[in-house]
Amino acid sequence: MSLSLDDVSRIARLARIEISSAEAEHTRAQLNGILAFVEQLQAVNTDGIEPMAHAVDVVQRLRADAVTEADRRDAFQAVAPETEAGLYLVPKVIE
Amino acid sequence: MTDFVNAGLRELGAALAQKQISSVELTTLFLDRIEKFNPTLNAFVSVGRDQALAAAQAADRKLGAGGTVSPLCGIPLAHKDIFCAEGWRTTCGSKMLADFVAPYDAHVVELLNAAGMVTLGKCNMDEFAMGSSNETSFFGPVKNPWDTACVPGGSSGGSAAAVAARLAPVATGTDTGGSIRQPAALCGLSGLKPTYGVVSRYGMIAFASSLDQGGPMARSAEDCALLLNGMAGFDPRDSTSLERPTEDYCRDLGKPLDGLRIGLPREFFGAGMDAGVRAAVETALAEYRKLGATTVEVSLPNSGLSVPAYYVIAPAEASSNLSRFDGVRYGHRAADYADLNDMYAKSRAEGFGAEVKRRILIGTYVLSHGYYDAYYLKAQKIRRLIAADFQEAFKSCDVIMGPTAPSVAFPFGAKSADPVQMYLSDIYTIAVNLAGLPGMSIPCGFDKDLPVGLQIVGPWFGEAKMLGVAHRFQQATDWHRRAPAAFAA
Repeated sequence: MSLSLDDVSRIARLARIEISSAEAEHTRAQLNGILAFVEQLQAVNTDGIEPMAHAVDVVQRLRADAVTEADRRDAFQAVAPETEAGLYLVPKVIE
Repeated sequence: MTDFVNAGLRELGAALAQKQISSVELTTLFLDRIEKFNPTLNAFVSVGRDQALAAAQAADRKLGAGGTVSPLCGIPLAHKDIFCAEGWRTTCGSKMLADFVAPYDAHVVELLNAAGMVTLGKCNMDEFAMGSSNETSFFGPVKNPWDTACVPGGSSGGSAAAVAARLAPVATGTDTGGSIRQPAALCGLSGLKPTYGVVSRYGMIAFASSLDQGGPMARSAEDCALLLNGMAGFDPRDSTSLERPTEDYCRDLGKPLDGLRIGLPREFFGAGMDAGVRAAVETALAEYRKLGATTVEVSLPNSGLSVPAYYVIAPAEASSNLSRFDGVRYGHRAADYADLNDMYAKSRAEGFGAEVKRRILIGTYVLSHGYYDAYYLKAQKIRRLIAADFQEAFKSCDVIMGPTAPSVAFPFGAKSADPVQMYLSDIYTIAVNLAGLPGMSIPCGFDKDLPVGLQIVGPWFGEAKMLGVAHRFQQATDWHRRAPAAFAA
């Protein structure tokens, strides 16, 4: 299957990446090239094969429910684009 | 007098212990070489003379205090700019993080700092480790020291070029689909991607979490073993870090090869490999037979599916991992936007380069409603088939060998117009990541005056054995000692 320009803008919206109309056609062609390449997977019979999510079969480790991190809010917020009084600032979401 | 610029880690450690040279002197030597050669190579994104010299002074105090110190104490190194290092700009090769100063250390950085190693700087790389030529870096491509018109490979191309040009004795790298082994091959180095879970991913900026693994890049297998001793270890902050007894990765160095069975996958020796690469690999295999090993043909019937399976799985995981770059907590934020969604979309459009955007879009698509089973689940099933092939092959051999890359370093621009052509640079390395196995590349000759890499793949946790196998070859040959003439000391 091949992506249309509408598909490309839908995917870009889901990915939260703005794509200008000038870029859209080139992006579409490149994505279709990659999808055509991975299409060969469809021809393989995988009936009864368990999907492999991880490289090594291990059980998820659990830890005690205890505080392990120090409070380093100031250091972490120092790299943020915009903060005030310990809060991250974003454009108004609720009117 | 020791030739410090070309010396291995063991020699450097001995020279520091015997006070033939101080860490400050050694660090200065490499900082001066970086200053002289980096404008040509663009291997480093950041160099920290003051930070490095302060760390070197601390190492000298440790060395002077007597008592036991790490064999790595006082030795300088370079980190791939994917590893967070507190107080260092950590860019991941992206405009998104061009001004990001890491507020904490990656586990690898923490361990090597504690050992007394001295960070010289942070190495250039393909943006978010997505690329095989270093051409996707926001900071411009790295040049291959063997021919500056050619790519160094990627994504750890800066690390590879830095070590090949003797701007650092060793460097760290990361490998998601070949990003340590392919640049090691293209720059004439030894590089090892450990078994998934051996090196902590904490503080290593995530690309595809089920595949990413850090590892050493060095001139010799012995140096890889010594550096891996310093990098490996359990870390509870990485949920997939493996809790295992500490290993000495040097333990098999010098072990004879008698009885070693080398598996040669027929799929790795078919069409698609350049004749000069094939010749160098065949010559290396003949050397191994001379050293007492036997070769046996094996088959990895599904390995041809590894590149397409990877280009579903890796972008899917990347699209999820890179969703954290939203212009809110760190990273680039667009200057003008209408509302919150517009801020996300514009910040990400401006902050990410073309290849990263392509992979996020592919990943978003294959995970989206209605396509998940057809793409992502399908690829994960094929991943199991690929991993099972290796398990079957290891029933009749101890290690697997073949080429690391289908060709030597290629000129800039040769593959950048067609993403799929670039993806095929990793045709021999990607299956190893999908299976979670350890893989390495060592130099084994030249084609068109450029280095050729021999790939060695081992079973899970086979690092020590592979390093021994590589070291024995390096005792009998001198490919790993060749240096690019323009950057000789």
